[in-house]
Amino acid sequence: MTIRMAEYPAAWRKPPLISAAWLRWGIGVLAAIYLAAAIGSIEINWARLAVGLPRGWRFLSSFFTPDFFSHGDEIIAGLTESLAMTVTSTALGILLAIPLGLGAARNLAPRPIYLFCRAVIASSRTLQELIVAIFFVKMFGFGPLAGMLTLTFASLGFIAKLLAERIEAVEVGPLNAIRSTGASWLQWVNYAIQPQVMPRLVGLSLYRLDINFRESAVLGIVGAGGIGATLNTALGRYEYSTAAAILLSIILIVLTAEYTSGLIRERLR
Amino acid sequence: MTPPVWRRRTTKMQWAIWGGWLFGALVVAQGWRFISDITLWDFVWDAPAQAGDMLSRMVPPRWDYAPMILKPLWDTVNIATLGTLLAILLATPIAFLAARNTSPHALTLRPFALSVIAVSRSINTLIWALLLVTIVGPGVLAGILAVALHSIGFFGKLLYEAIEEIDPAQTEAIAATGASRAQILAYGVVPQVLPTFAGVSVYRWDINIRESAVLGIVGAGGIGLQLNASVSQLAWPRVTLILIAIFGAVLVSEWVSARVRAAIV
Amino acid sequence: MLRLTGLTKRYDRGDAALSGVDLLVPDGEVVALIGPSGAGKSTLIRCTNRLVEPTSGRVELDGEDITALSAAGLRTARRRMGMIFQEFALIERLTVMENVLSGRLGYVGFWASWWRRFPPADIQQAFHFLDRVGLAGFENKRADALSGGQRQRVGIARALMQSPSLLLVDEPTASLDPRTSRQIMRLILELCGERKLAAIINIHDVALARQFAHRIIGLRKGQLVFDGKPDALTPDALTAIYGAEDWSTLPDDDQDG
Repeated sequence: MTIRMAEYPAAWRKPPLISAAWLRWGIGVLAAIYLAAAIGSIEINWARLAVGLPRGWRFLSSFFTPDFFSHGDEIIAGLTESLAMTVTSTALGILLAIPLGLGAARNLAPRPIYLFCRAVIASSRTLQELIVAIFFVKMFGFGPLAGMLTLTFASLGFIAKLLAERIEAVEVGPLNAIRSTGASWLQWVNYAIQPQVMPRLVGLSLYRLDINFRESAVLGIVGAGGIGATLNTALGRYEYSTAAAILLSIILIVLTAEYTSGLIRERLR
Repeated sequence: MTPPVWRRRTTKMQWAIWGGWLFGALVVAQGWRFISDITLWDFVWDAPAQAGDMLSRMVPPRWDYAPMILKPLWDTVNIATLGTLLAILLATPIAFLAARNTSPHALTLRPFALSVIAVSRSINTLIWALLLVTIVGPGVLAGILAVALHSIGFFGKLLYEAIEEIDPAQTEAIAATGASRAQILAYGVVPQVLPTFAGVSVYRWDINIRESAVLGIVGAGGIGLQLNASVSQLAWPRVTLILIAIFGAVLVSEWVSARVRAAIV
Repeated sequence: MLRLTGLTKRYDRGDAALSGVDLLVPDGEVVALIGPSGAGKSTLIRCTNRLVEPTSGRVELDGEDITALSAAGLRTARRRMGMIFQEFALIERLTVMENVLSGRLGYVGFWASWWRRFPPADIQQAFHFLDRVGLAGFENKRADALSGGQRQRVGIARALMQSPSLLLVDEPTASLDPRTSRQIMRLILELCGERKLAAIINIHDVALARQFAHRIIGLRKGQLVFDGKPDALTPDALTAIYGAEDWSTLPDDDQDG
């Protein structure tokens, strides 16, 4: 064959993601400087680490000899408290999130109500649970009530936001059809919106139940009740076998909850 | 003859649904009774007064304290960024081991990778921090490791699910050229999961900024340390300033993450 | 030259997808493989390069027993079998050039392919094939920005990059409109002629098969039921392949003149 290969270019480079060379290099250099500065600012106390590493090893091996019994009643009390906080806060959170989600849907709510609901949602989502818990403990005193209210506040923002997004995405066909029958606003929501949104709401609630349990394990650190306080105490006393038992219980409960809620969501689809 | 009655559900199903609701209500009521029994209600009734008092002390914020929180804020951002990077580094191979279609050994490596992901996800960043502070001592290092250890599960799970959902025709085509296993991954799998990889990375970084703001409460570095100290000293104007700083950092990170994710899609 | 002997594939559940297929394809011959859905056309093609592992039987390419090869040997053997797919199977997020160069993956090492550092001769070859399939100047476009016909041309260029002696073509026109289908078939035939390539083209469009192939093979329920020249494909033969039907209304070969 008489194809002259030499006529074709012998080199090819993939076009870069950022076409302006100066910008590409600039971003690279800045990232390198930042990384160097950030890693440089980590202070490692080698003496402390030398003490800690054997301790870490001891902790890791205690996962093979977890001690559920020496502080069994404390663990059970802590877990019960966590579970109680989880269910009550999820239930209350859903109850409050439904009107909030309706109010935060652009296609349903008048402008002022929309803005108010969006502001509540934004504040609930920006404030980390632990910060809210610190304030609630100051206001309501130590104990699971503060924790439960914290989780309620976090759940309602989470559920309401996703619910509002789902409502905003509903198909308009049924909306107009039901409205044209002369239904009242409540009937309209009940017939046209609820059927489209319900599976999403149930799914979100189950998902939030998981999250709330995981979070409830943390709130004890600032005195807002739950298993976290027990864990904190166990670690403070270097009782690693008890701490391992607590962590294993948490993992087990989380996995069971995740598995069951997965099954339920499957059934609902 | 009675006219037929229309019902939405069969009677049996209706009973099951009512039963479910009743059971749920009982569980919630029981939970509430448990909480209410150990609550000191006198303290609770005092809450509005407490809150009013606290709020009045919180304004105005102590602006002159601002220079004192710059270094903790810098640490907070570093904890989130380095922790996320470390998590990406560790979670990427784990995700490839965990995905059904790329795992080199389905009977040993896959369950191992899946349990790493499950354990990492079940335990909150703060609990990881609690553990790590007793091991490596208080400070930024504990924070970075805690953020990384919890993010591995999150990142690994979303990435391995994305790997399992790729279009198999593209990997088949690469396999048919005589490519090696590594090349099939590099050409058939990596380009397909790259958008998820980048999107989840920034998303997790955004969440981690929020998380690392409170890690200081258990001694794992960052601005949470100042927050905790100010609260326990009842220095409310300082608390306000710190909250404003955290709020600002969260808003900026959310904006950056939204911009980057929009650019990818 | 490709020789299949007693090729059989049984999936975990269900009947044999292929049972005892014997076939000899000499160099330069283009064979169209027709048959109803589920007859085992796709399985036959995939057993040939062992994307699907055959249950029993032999596959020999130029005298080498493909079925006996180790994993490394199989990779080397696959380089000689270019494959073209129904849904094109391009790497959608990569450029046209990367897709074409991916045909050389069996020849270059991992790191060279990771950093996209292919030998200059490969790059010249790739530019040449892009030009040949009518896509000169498209090298920096992303594959997902192309039309169906253009994508299939990239798929053809990728298969040619392997310097194959055999093309395995799986429903190349099923996702294309009639005009583009003909253009693609014509291109494949021309290229096979230029480069003396054997090809097995699995195709459900009998008219296209008749018009373009040198030889037609009919598969039914995993068994070879027809093997002959296109003009030997009588209504009786079609009935043997597909089952009873009035075949007189089969569209003529020259729809688009």
